[in-house]
Amino acid sequence: MIPPAFDYVRPTSVDEAVRALAEGGEEAKVLAGGQSLLPLLRLRLAFPELVVDVGRIPGLRGVREDGDMLVIGAMTTHHDVVHDPLVRRHAGLLAAATATVADPAVRHRGTLAGSLAHADPAGDLPAVVLALDGEMVAQGPRGRRTIAARDFFVDYLQSSLEPDELLVEVRLPKADGWGFHYEKFHRVSQSWAMVGVAALVRRADGHIAEARIGLTNMSSVPLRATATEQALTGAGDAEAVARAAESAAEGTHASQDASATPEYREHLTRVLTRRAVLAAAGMG
Amino acid sequence: MTDQAVQGEVGRARPRKEDARLITGQTNWTDNISVNGLLHMAILRSPMAHARITRVDVSPALERPGVVAAFSGADLAEGLNSLPCAWPVTEDIVLPDHPPIAVDEVRHAGDPVALVVARDRYAATDALEAIEVDYDPLPPVLDLEAALADDSPLVHSDKGTNRCYVWPLKTGEDFDSVRQRAEVTVKRRYVHQRLIPNAMEPRAVVVTPLAASGEYTLYSATQIPHILRVMMAVVTGIPEHKIRVIAPDVGGGFGSKLQVYGEEALALAVARRIGRPVKWTESRSEGYLATHHGRGMIQDIEIAANRDGKLLGLKVDLLTDMGAYLMLVTPGIPILGAFMYPAIYKMDSYDFTCTGVFTTRTPTDAYRGAGRPEATYAIERIMDELAHELGLDPVELRRRNWIGHEEFPYTSIAGLTYDTGNYEAATEKALALFDYDKLRAEQADRNSRGDTVRLGIGVSTYTEMCGLAPSRVLRDLRYAAGGWEAASIRMLPTGKVEVITGTSPHGQGHVTSWSQIAADVLGVPFEDVEVVHGDTKAAPQGMDTYGSRSLVVGGSAVHHAAVKVVDKARKIAAHLLEASEQDLEFSGGVFSVKGSPDARKTIQEIAFETFTSHDLPDGLEPSINAEHLLDPENFSYPHGTHLCAVEVDTETGQTRIRSYVCVDDVGKVVNPTIVEGQVHGGLAQGIAQALYEEAVYDDEGNLVSGTMADYLVPSAPDLPEFTTERTETPSTTNPLGVKGVGEAGTIASTPAVVNAIVDALRPFGVDDVRMPCTPERVWRAVRSGMEASA
Repeated sequence: MIPPAFDYVRPTSVDEAVRALAEGGEEAKVLAGGQSLLPLLRLRLAFPELVVDVGRIPGLRGVREDGDMLVIGAMTTHHDVVHDPLVRRHAGLLAAATATVADPAVRHRGTLAGSLAHADPAGDLPAVVLALDGEMVAQGPRGRRTIAARDFFVDYLQSSLEPDELLVEVRLPKADGWGFHYEKFHRVSQSWAMVGVAALVRRADGHIAEARIGLTNMSSVPLRATATEQALTGAGDAEAVARAAESAAEGTHASQDASATPEYREHLTRVLTRRAVLAAAGMG
Repeated sequence: MTDQAVQGEVGRARPRKEDARLITGQTNWTDNISVNGLLHMAILRSPMAHARITRVDVSPALERPGVVAAFSGADLAEGLNSLPCAWPVTEDIVLPDHPPIAVDEVRHAGDPVALVVARDRYAATDALEAIEVDYDPLPPVLDLEAALADDSPLVHSDKGTNRCYVWPLKTGEDFDSVRQRAEVTVKRRYVHQRLIPNAMEPRAVVVTPLAASGEYTLYSATQIPHILRVMMAVVTGIPEHKIRVIAPDVGGGFGSKLQVYGEEALALAVARRIGRPVKWTESRSEGYLATHHGRGMIQDIEIAANRDGKLLGLKVDLLTDMGAYLMLVTPGIPILGAFMYPAIYKMDSYDFTCTGVFTTRTPTDAYRGAGRPEATYAIERIMDELAHELGLDPVELRRRNWIGHEEFPYTSIAGLTYDTGNYEAATEKALALFDYDKLRAEQADRNSRGDTVRLGIGVSTYTEMCGLAPSRVLRDLRYAAGGWEAASIRMLPTGKVEVITGTSPHGQGHVTSWSQIAADVLGVPFEDVEVVHGDTKAAPQGMDTYGSRSLVVGGSAVHHAAVKVVDKARKIAAHLLEASEQDLEFSGGVFSVKGSPDARKTIQEIAFETFTSHDLPDGLEPSINAEHLLDPENFSYPHGTHLCAVEVDTETGQTRIRSYVCVDDVGKVVNPTIVEGQVHGGLAQGIAQALYEEAVYDDEGNLVSGTMADYLVPSAPDLPEFTTERTETPSTTNPLGVKGVGEAGTIASTPAVVNAIVDALRPFGVDDVRMPCTPERVWRAVRSGMEASA
């Protein structure tokens, strides 16, 4: 567990970080909380020539409101997210899901933005931010741009960030009035989700008016269970939810590993989607 | 039992003397040790399970910054003998050569091929990438049954077979005749997955050479400094008296450090070659390939009984995975289990055969319980199957067959003489704590409602053989060493006490427990006792720590040595008090003359009088120090009853342990807190085998579960609240009445959990789930059961 040699810089501003990334090109990597990059370095699965540590850049940590949006700075840790009153009030799904990430030590160092930029489909938070219709704000040499979550996750461990761009903010539309639940299935508490289902449900007149469902670890990127989302519209009881959940695994491409087959993961997706929606809708 | 009720130190829940330094890390682990000029060794390992090495070129590594030396296996072959196997279990066992570093063939992924020595660990690791190795792939040997076929590829082609040995044990009536007269027979196959021991501290070794005198000090994170010293002399040819082995504080072992490793010999050989101190520390993922594994066994077991549940006989056929080489006690591990399959039950016939098989995987060897968990698992699983077959409650079936408390000492069908036990008492206590009848009622209710979440109840009784071991028994089992243990006690001039033990703790708290034992016999304060261990210069004799032996053998040796100190001190006290020895009483550290309580000398005063030696009896040696080497007369036999309730989500296959009760009888207890800690840790590891852990290999022989992200070690949130209680039936074969507790929890918990899962799934026609009982395996078992009944 000895990382290969690399150069290290610790910029004090976003501009300086972006310049360092631009100079480093494809061989540069951003270090935030280090909970994804350091294991990759130690296992010699990543060989960056330059590590740009953004941990000391002022102003990147914290949560604020911006009208109907919640804005979470890039260095905001999982622990901060779990305990932030704004997040709990306006994006309870994110707080609930983040509380299931790894263990307290990881949550005190790891960051929301780092987890999203790492783009591991087995991470809990990409699917959650996808379900929340979040957006990412990236800053690069050409200025700032905003990327919708559905366009952000490109492939396994690959986001649409350019090598010289730094993810500086995560913006989430306030989900006031939505019921939510994150159903995580894993074998031990510190392991990645075998499957995770992030459910957001808005009810009207005793029926589900709108549902958004994000799936963790069911493809090379986080997915939305769109067929189930559509089928849930108008669902008024547990039976209707169960029927809608039958299509939750449509369009997924689950992987095979030592813990589970794709067939089983698809089955879990259907069961967990039903449970997550029922819990989110208060129908459980 | 409360502290107030305890007379003296033994039985008192003393906080451990070790904790302050172990918990804060203010201590020496091997990897912390630094000396002037220290170099770091890194090892290049085979990426293939099986291949011929056609070329190794280490010269490019020498060009890398900071590199001092680099060696191939061939470079080091001269002067390095084969690593030892100390337990050739049969006369005709196949004993392959085991070079500490491969020379012409690699036989498992992780086999060492070359090494680099550099100024720091980073430079050494980086330089490995420059070494060029050409391999000519050979077919892997992975399946235990296929490996025994005539046309199988061979792990050791010069041996002509993958069959390492066949070890039979047949006692009592012939099993075939028992089978014929039996009203019921049940036959099952159980599989023990390979496990990775996962001690918290990885392995590490530091060797410091003294060129002028040809002496070497070898620090190692080992359980066995004394055995290691002997074996290092054998492997390297360095005379034994020129080798000092130190086991500093060692962070766990679970058997994985009951080993003589190639890396230890390599560090010694390299330090000798270049005349500089050398350190090697494994990384966790390196350890997964290079530190020995545990379990790895296929069990065919058949049980014969009458309709009333009376057991008649047992037949056991094992195929056990040796891995690529025989390490220190690899072949003997299943043999430690051979005597335990009949467990606590009476029967007329026992027919056991174990076949050892070579595969191209990391060698196996001792892992917490070592053969005994495997045995207990098989018998306790099949007892549940038999109970189901007979329509009997599983506890009732056990009750009808176990040895009654009035029948001890009892010689089991396997030939062990159990000195004491009370299975009835432990079981009754466990059932009451568990609320067995209420849980059975809830189970029936859930089943009748067709609840998605089913309740299962698992029972496991067990006994085990601890206190390894009577040396003559070891001779009969063809083990190469003895089973004694050494202790000596030094009374210092100021009345303080040093206990020197041959055991080598790596988390067991011997410093605390040995202090309690010595304090009681000598009548000195607990705080006045220091315990010295783990250094062949300071504690020159010992057989080290494994197999729940330390308290039973080593602790008893401390007791005997302390008694000798008191006997010696009595002579001096009698002289000083001008009384006869017979007229002296000794209590609470004070010698007094019967009838004249004012005439008294404390043992501390005697220690000082001995130091000055101004007024000793004529001809008396000026010392009250004493030594005792104890060869145990028998094993000890802890036992207990464990009960587990699980909730199984039949939709997802997820298992949740709802409650866990264990009542263990480990004899007299020296320190209840330490005992409870041992039980908790043991339960965690046993549950881990049942539910979580497995060393998974692909078809090429690569370890797929090669990091802690894939090899699932449970942590506190994954485990239930344990209810741990005890009964106390003292052992009669040692002066302390103790039995050993290091492995009990691991032995009983695995079958208790799996029995509970199978019990929950009986309504679906399920009669086994292979370990680890992953959610998918459980889900598939439910689904195939439902399909079968549809």
